[in-house]
Amino acid sequence: MLSALTLILICQLAGELITRFFGLPLPGPVAGMALLFALLVIRGSVPETVGTLGDVLLKNLSLLFVPAGVGVMAHLGLLGEDLLPIAVALIGSTVATIAMTGLLMSWLARNSLNAEATKADD
Amino acid sequence: MTDFTKVWVYLSASPLLFLTLTLAAFQAGSWIYERSGHKPFLNPVMTAVILLVAILTLTQTPYPAYFEGAQFVHFLLGPATVALAIPLYRQFERVRRSAVALLTSILCGSLTAIGTAVGLGWLLGASRDTLLALAPKSVTAPVAMGITEQLGGLPSLTAVLVILTGILGAVIGPMVLNLLRVRDWRARGLALGTASHGIGTARALQVNELAGAFSGLAMGLNALATAILLPVLWRVFF
Repeated sequence: MLSALTLILICQLAGELITRFFGLPLPGPVAGMALLFALLVIRGSVPETVGTLGDVLLKNLSLLFVPAGVGVMAHLGLLGEDLLPIAVALIGSTVATIAMTGLLMSWLARNSLNAEATKADD
Repeated sequence: MTDFTKVWVYLSASPLLFLTLTLAAFQAGSWIYERSGHKPFLNPVMTAVILLVAILTLTQTPYPAYFEGAQFVHFLLGPATVALAIPLYRQFERVRRSAVALLTSILCGSLTAIGTAVGLGWLLGASRDTLLALAPKSVTAPVAMGITEQLGGLPSLTAVLVILTGILGAVIGPMVLNLLRVRDWRARGLALGTASHGIGTARALQVNELAGAFSGLAMGLNALATAILLPVLWRVFF
């Protein structure tokens, strides 16, 4: 498990270094994700410990947004000034983006075989 | 009461208290979510944030003091983002087969997110700072803050709008997709990741690994697309 954590942190660190060095418009961890993906492709499989650690992290992914979310309290004043435009823009734009992306993808990808695309029930 | 105050002052000086409270608030949020039979509007992130904001307000704890403890949880966002490579690798054959559809959908979704957010905000008379913070709201926080800063806006306001968008997407996204009868897991994941980055991806991963893989990929590609497109669009229109 420690080796898996070390591998993931090395990918993140390398991602940070690469994006800073080349001035890429990407966060370091996203570049780190690309690096880990490349390593998995080269190896041809997911090492068991890496898979276990990844599953633990991703199973609890929503928890990790809580500290940043609490930051909302520090900006209540700023939010209040433009409350109506912000509320309408956030809700309208989120619905529009989900509808556009979801409908377009299900239409464009309708022909590529996907037996697992069963009815979603949530 | 003075004893309690003394204990609180002692505890709140160490990371232990707010780290524990963060985990406990999320546990409470998850418990409520489970008990409700997974009602989307009882999203555990939202419940945990509301509980913690209430506790911090009541105890008059400033956000930076809270973050001293909570940063250990926050830090794991980086490694978790790297770990998104794992479901992506496991589902890569399916991703590859729909590569053209996927790239087109994310690009159109990215333009929709920017256009509708800025358009609606502008119509309703939002200030320039608000518009600059709204524009990258669908992008993962570190990238969105970087984009706003580059264009001369307020990164901290951007971070707040990004988190609110994430929660909103996770809460109403599945309902919108059900209403539109989008049942393909790939399309559902892609829509959640494009519209509401990591919080949408967390939600997608909870339901289905295929949706999670497409969502994580959409989050990364939308960040890239927005970082390239938004500065160009902003200079053309404003």
